[in-house]
Amino acid sequence: MSAVDVIGVSKSFAVKKATVVALDDVSLTVKAGEFVSLIGPSGCGKSTLLRLIAELDSPTSGSIAVFGKTARQARLDQSYGIVFQSAGLLPWRSIAANIELPLTLHGVSRTARRERVAELVELVGLTEFASSYPEQLSGGMQQRVAIARALAERPGLLLMDEPFGALDEMTRERMQAELVRMCAETAAAVIFVTHSIPEAVFLSDRVVVMSPRPGRIRAVIDIALGDVRGEKLREEESFFAGVTAVREALHGAPESTAATNAARGVDSR
Amino acid sequence: MTNTVVRRVLPPVVLGLVALLVWELGVTLARIQPYLLPAPSAIGKQLAVVFPSLWVAMLATGLNALIGLVVGSLMAIVFALLASRVRVIDHIIAPIVAAIAVVPIVALAPVLTTMFGATSESPRRVIVAIVVFVPVFVNTVRGLRQMLPVHRDLMQAYAASNWQVTRMVTVPGALPYIFTGLNIASSLAVISAVVAEYFGGLQNGLGSRITSAAANSAYPRAWAYVLGAIVLGLIFFTATLAIEKLATRRR
Ligand SMILES: Nc1ncnc2c1ncn2[C@@H]1O[C@H](COP(=O)(O)OP(=O)(O)OP(=O)(O)O)[C@@H](O)[C@H]1O
Ligand SMILES: [Mg+2]
Repeated sequence: MSAVDVIGVSKSFAVKKATVVALDDVSLTVKAGEFVSLIGPSGCGKSTLLRLIAELDSPTSGSIAVFGKTARQARLDQSYGIVFQSAGLLPWRSIAANIELPLTLHGVSRTARRERVAELVELVGLTEFASSYPEQLSGGMQQRVAIARALAERPGLLLMDEPFGALDEMTRERMQAELVRMCAETAAAVIFVTHSIPEAVFLSDRVVVMSPRPGRIRAVIDIALGDVRGEKLREEESFFAGVTAVREALHGAPESTAATNAARGVDSR
Repeated sequence: MTNTVVRRVLPPVVLGLVALLVWELGVTLARIQPYLLPAPSAIGKQLAVVFPSLWVAMLATGLNALIGLVVGSLMAIVFALLASRVRVIDHIIAPIVAAIAVVPIVALAPVLTTMFGATSESPRRVIVAIVVFVPVFVNTVRGLRQMLPVHRDLMQAYAASNWQVTRMVTVPGALPYIFTGLNIASSLAVISAVVAEYFGGLQNGLGSRITSAAANSAYPRAWAYVLGAIVLGLIFFTATLAIEKLATRRR
């Protein structure tokens, strides 16, 4: 079963008499365990698409299924974890208490919570900060807490909206490497919104390139860099080829040049 | 450690002593009449004399202020919670609060005293509750509206119930605002409890002692009771601050 099926989804917002078409007839399927990035210029509807899948908003037309269920049922079942651009931690809760928030909300017992939190702080490398408060952590550390929180209930799907957007390049690359490792450990499907082409290529199995006004999927690019993605990958030819393929799809360049061994089959729609 | 304590405590104490000295010297040297301004030594002497009854009066006024403060604040917080959750209630309450905010307690006190009878503490407590309601309500409503969109989205993603959102996000986020309201309210509670006694009724509190001492031209004694009112106000204020420290450390 696929993790997400978006079928012919459109979304428009009414803004002062005018209507903004944020998404126009978008279809996308994400397989279980697959890592898919959404990339595109500002305002092309990436966040909107993610919010629709998360059922924080509902589509104007079209349908969305998450693990075969309606988006609403998937939300009520906690089938996904979500990470926003800002960490959105509760400043009055300790790091441990922030991570266990979803578990607390869903009535998980105290001992089970404590165990899970111990695993999660370990996973994101923040064990010694478990009893600290968000204000005492750097932006990157806070974002790792948000990721741990999203993973708390072992969701099969992780929705991430520019989670590293506010981080510097070095922290960002380290977080990407950690995300690759965590995804390998949890085997969750990921939909990852980003503005960074190298980030999308480094992380993804597929990169979905979107265009604005109205928001549409312009191309879907397969990135075949394998499962083991270390720091060395960033300097390899296949990585650069992927970056080039995505860039050209973004800027609407001829797609023939994108056909390299790293980016097989640019799937235009 | 002790050094910083000394540095923080010493200057105000020294300043206070110097001020008292200047006051004492000024009053004696300039021969200022006691009904204008009694000397600190005279007030001090009266303080020792009236202390037992001052203590009783402080307790009586303090209890009125406390009950009014607790009841008024609780009502304000409950109504603020309702107003932040139910739009209709918000529309109903807003004009009522605006009306309460401009009620002159000076005008209300005699009316309430007549209403409850001269042997009841209730009019004072009601007045305190009304006075306290407005700042607590206004600040709490403001605090409850501070919820960040990202927190709202997060709680929706977690399919949290309304009650869970209120308990885990809205109220903890509003606490600093609620305490801003309570800090203002705590001082107002003592002031209004004292002032309410100026308008008749039971003669057991600080306000009635101040008026009767002044009526008998016993000015140093009136000042001794005023001092009691100041101390009472400070106790209320610092107690609220202490509760705030406790509550906001672990929300
Ligand atoms: N709640 C809303 N009300 C009105 N218009 C909205 C709303 N949310 C999004 N839009 C509009 O929909 C379009 C897509 O917005 P969206 O936030 O999905 O873009 P995005 O691709 O995430 O952009 P960015 O990269 O800047 O985050 C924009 O034109 C935006 O103005
Ligand atoms: Mg966005």
